Amino acid sequence: MLEVRDLHKDYEGQPLLRGIAFSVSARETVCLLGPSGSGKSTLLRLIAGLETPERGQIFWDAKDLAATPAHLRNFGLVFQDYALFPHLNVFDNVAFGLRMRGRPESEIITRVLEVLGIVDLRGFEQRAVTDLSGGEQQRVALARALAPRPRLLMFDEPLGALDRALREDLLDQLRAILHEARIPAIYVTHDQEEAFSIADRVLLLHDGTIVRSGTPADVWAEPGSAWAAEFLGLGNVVPARVVAGGSRVETHYGVFSFQCAHKHRVGDEVMVLLRQAHEKKGGILKGTVADTLFRPDGFRIGLLGGLHFDLPSDARRGSKVSIPVEVHCLGPHSRSIRGRHG
Amino acid sequence: MVNERAAPADQRTRRGASAVRLYRSVLLWVLPLSFLAVFFFLPFFRIISVGLSLDAFSPFNLQLALQTVLFTVYQAILSTLLTVLLGLPCAVLFARYSFPGKSLLRTLTAVPFMLPTVVVAAGFNALLGPRGWLNLALMGAFGLDSPPISFVGTLVAILVAHVFYNTTIVIRIVGTALSSLDPKLSQAARSLGASSPRVWWNLVLPMLRPSLVAACLLVFLFDFTSFGVILLLGGPSFATLEVQIYIQALQLLNLPLASLLAFIQLLCTLAFSVFYTRYAARSFVETAPRPGALNLRKSTSSAEKMFIAVMLIVVWLLFVLPVLALPLRSVSRLDAARGQRGQVQPGLTTDYYSELFVNRRDSVFYVPPVQAALNSLTYAAATVALSLLLGFPAAIALAKPGLLEKILDPILIIPLGASAVTLGLGFILAFGRLLIHPWMVPLAHTLVALPFVIRVLQPALAAIPARLRQAASSLGASPFRTWQTVDWPILRRATLSAASFAFTISLGEFGATTLVSRPEYPTIPIAIYRFLSQPGALNYGQAMAMATLLMALTAMGIFLIEKLRLPGAGEF
Repeated sequence: MLEVRDLHKDYEGQPLLRGIAFSVSARETVCLLGPSGSGKSTLLRLIAGLETPERGQIFWDAKDLAATPAHLRNFGLVFQDYALFPHLNVFDNVAFGLRMRGRPESEIITRVLEVLGIVDLRGFEQRAVTDLSGGEQQRVALARALAPRPRLLMFDEPLGALDRALREDLLDQLRAILHEARIPAIYVTHDQEEAFSIADRVLLLHDGTIVRSGTPADVWAEPGSAWAAEFLGLGNVVPARVVAGGSRVETHYGVFSFQCAHKHRVGDEVMVLLRQAHEKKGGILKGTVADTLFRPDGFRIGLLGGLHFDLPSDARRGSKVSIPVEVHCLGPHSRSIRGRHG
Repeated sequence: MVNERAAPADQRTRRGASAVRLYRSVLLWVLPLSFLAVFFFLPFFRIISVGLSLDAFSPFNLQLALQTVLFTVYQAILSTLLTVLLGLPCAVLFARYSFPGKSLLRTLTAVPFMLPTVVVAAGFNALLGPRGWLNLALMGAFGLDSPPISFVGTLVAILVAHVFYNTTIVIRIVGTALSSLDPKLSQAARSLGASSPRVWWNLVLPMLRPSLVAACLLVFLFDFTSFGVILLLGGPSFATLEVQIYIQALQLLNLPLASLLAFIQLLCTLAFSVFYTRYAARSFVETAPRPGALNLRKSTSSAEKMFIAVMLIVVWLLFVLPVLALPLRSVSRLDAARGQRGQVQPGLTTDYYSELFVNRRDSVFYVPPVQAALNSLTYAAATVALSLLLGFPAAIALAKPGLLEKILDPILIIPLGASAVTLGLGFILAFGRLLIHPWMVPLAHTLVALPFVIRVLQPALAAIPARLRQAASSLGASPFRTWQTVDWPILRRATLSAASFAFTISLGEFGATTLVSRPEYPTIPIAIYRFLSQPGALNYGQAMAMATLLMALTAMGIFLIEKLRLPGAGEF
């Protein structure tokens, strides 16, 4: 349905997006995940038609949208700070899109009440939007975007301004609503938990390009680069050297067997991801506990040398521990990436 | 806002402290209140008693009063509409787009607001008057005997001058609201299917309404009470309340009618001021400010470029030409002096300036014109001293409001609502015979300047944290040393700023001065007015020269005020 080809955009003279290409198919929720400043929001505004790209095309059903102004694209947009119209009440906010399309008043009333029902805000019609809580405002914003039945919904960090409990709550609602409405959606966030729990497909945005694309499970299993593993917080990213016939690597912390899709030769410098495993796929890592930190589902153990592992039980400082680990190759060593141990 | 941090120790001694504070309040208020009582409220009650006497209510008076009120409202509404019509696109220009020379142009649009009315009138006269650049150029080009464009003495002149004066209010108030509009709101509207015109109609204009109404009210208030430009550019045939008060009081000596008109004037301006204060207070709470720089952008489409180009031309023409025409005209000999016949050699001249030092027998003065400048400077210095002397205690008291301040605050607003001509009329009624004394002029000027002085000093005083003083005294500073080392360095800027305000206001004051000053002690604005009402190229040239001097002095004052402005302090 939506297809983006080779999109380029500069920001204050610096290239921000450099050849973005991806597509969104029917009923699919695609998550754009990237650190702040990576150009995620700009990409959304380009698709919405609120900005024009330096180069590249955006297609909807194989039709180039370059000549279609923002207000005729029929793409819904939900902002982080809601962007509700402060001079209108809840009903008129939600009705705005329908009024712009010149729908008859009776249809507007029916549809507004319907979408307010979907977001669980029936009875709020006459309330001033400035009186609502953050979560309620975000639901009004969602209802407003849903009301004109857009062919694509776009979310720009929609839950960024809300506290944790409310965020998880709304995320569940949102997933249900998107599933129900069968509208394709692009969801922008910098929070990988949010991305992994709502996305059918995750796109990792880094340095103006998409560095990894796949289902949450795929991306989690194979982050593909040291940067992605670092950004997603998947485990310890450390430098290593390939030894012993190419199936084992030597690190500061010991020698492990590792899984690699590349073809490395002995002596190659690579980056690897060290994660604790249930069985000893890669080997056993031995270390001295330097620090422990309580977590809701266990303990984060810091070892001397800077590695971190999430373990089910606590350990005394100074005690020796043995941890089964698996080791993934993340590609050739790059100096620019510094592991958390650095 | 005053930050009253009540420590526990404070609470224990609160009752004793409040008695001390009341005593302190009374002490602080003695001087400013006695001044206001004698020089504002006494004249004020004289106006009421004369204006509401039986003499005032003759059928002739009532009919004239009604006519005058109607015309005043009519020209004020017209001026306000035109001002908003120009101000709104200007506000959009400044709030939305970045273009070369923007900050300079923004400053230039604000300059008229501070310029004395006589200077503005002289500026437009130099540009469009019968001896102005345009008319002389057309006469020269087409060999005409009389000026082809009649501008001075028409309603158009009044309207243009009002637009020139007050557009900056719309630019500031509406522009601030515009640049604090979240750009995401328009983006949301567009993504919901609103085209650009509909974004304006359904979103931007409704959200600007409070600021638009506030700007309209303020502009209307200024147009309603404007005096100098109407008298100098419109002439007596366009009698607004202000001009009619002046005519009735000084020329026709019908003091009851003048007082009745002044009373109506006071009621109207007070009502408007109260309405504006209420409305502004309410509407500014509703819109939370946001960083404005986000909204700035360069023009992209050709329509935007066109808009910017047209606006820039209009703004430069309206705001820069009159200000440039004046000093240039003051050094150019373009037409024959009185008594001279035949060809004049056009060129640069300093005659008009050197003539200012000569006391001619046929001069309209008893003294050389330069004496007017000396008078003005003396009056201004006296006004500065007096208004600081009275303003400081009032500002100190208002910076820490107590019971007394809550009662006095609304009373202090009343002088703000009184127009300059009304103040002058009050002086005539209350101190008729004392007016031979030239020091009545700085007293009247102090009345006009005092609210501004207090408004500059009060936030600075309130902004000094008590903790600084406590820290200083805990470190061993005596009260005087504390004041010297903590308060004064902070207050110095505000004091200088207040002084420049008082100085600038006094130099340019025209309305009250026309009624209060003696012919043998003219001020610069009075001199300009008299020069402009006299025939002849020499008088005209001297008017231009004097107005240029006044403009230069005022510009220095404005520059000082802008330099010294406390960050974040509002201007209206």
